[in-house]
Amino acid sequence: MLVNQFLLLGAALFCIGVYGVLARRNGVLVLMSIELILNSVNINLVALGSLHGGDAAIAGQVFALFVITIAAAEVGVGLAIVLLIYRNRRDVDLDEINLMKG
Amino acid sequence: MVAQNAFFGFFAAVAVVSAIRVVTTRNVVHAALYLVLVLGSVGATYLLLAAEFVAVVQLLVYIGAIVVLFLFGVMLTRAQIGPELDLDNGQRGIAALVALGLGGLLTYALIDAFRDQELPGLSDADVAARSAGDVADSIFSTYLIPFEVVSVLLLAALVGAIVLARRD
Repeated sequence: MLVNQFLLLGAALFCIGVYGVLARRNGVLVLMSIELILNSVNINLVALGSLHGGDAAIAGQVFALFVITIAAAEVGVGLAIVLLIYRNRRDVDLDEINLMKG
Repeated sequence: MVAQNAFFGFFAAVAVVSAIRVVTTRNVVHAALYLVLVLGSVGATYLLLAAEFVAVVQLLVYIGAIVVLFLFGVMLTRAQIGPELDLDNGQRGIAALVALGLGGLLTYALIDAFRDQELPGLSDADVAARSAGDVADSIFSTYLIPFEVVSVLLLAALVGAIVLARRD
């Protein structure tokens, strides 16, 4: 199998995630788009590790596991923040959150 | 080899189409369910790379925990179940332009750098050398300190989420 198959799949998911982050205004949907981006990174880590083989294959998998852990932490804190915004404003529209804008 | 390519092509197509639906659908709950399809397909591609432990963790942590968390988030922030019209802001054109530009750039760079470089074929010994046991050995020896740091990070995130979300 070509290594580019996996890397291009990762690139496609990354770009779709970037589109989602830029174009969505609902806080929960932006967090979902960030998950797409993190997944594309994981594909790259595992595929490039597999390309080099041996210790690098294990290292790629271990780093992918770390990224999954950090994604879980990020979603936990991110959803708590979105929940807090909802509780204060009855809305999760990110375009309206401009209190700290200079 | 043909079977592997067919397996990969199927799951890659499912992942990309579902990912596009995640960022374009008008229904927040549908977006979470399409996210399950994306994550499952990505997990299936890990199997092709002989990373079965990562694939299982992907299913358990992402689909089992994170998507459920998302569904709770949807439930707690909005009672409306059904299509909504105001999920996108006014930047769709620019966002699509940025995404397509980035995609073109990445595609060009990747094809230029790797061309048709093949992944090394996996012998049975390779697959055995990448088993869950070896991943565990590596985590608890070479990567012990990052592992401990990441567990402290997870604890901090847990405490932070509770402090942020509790009512008082």
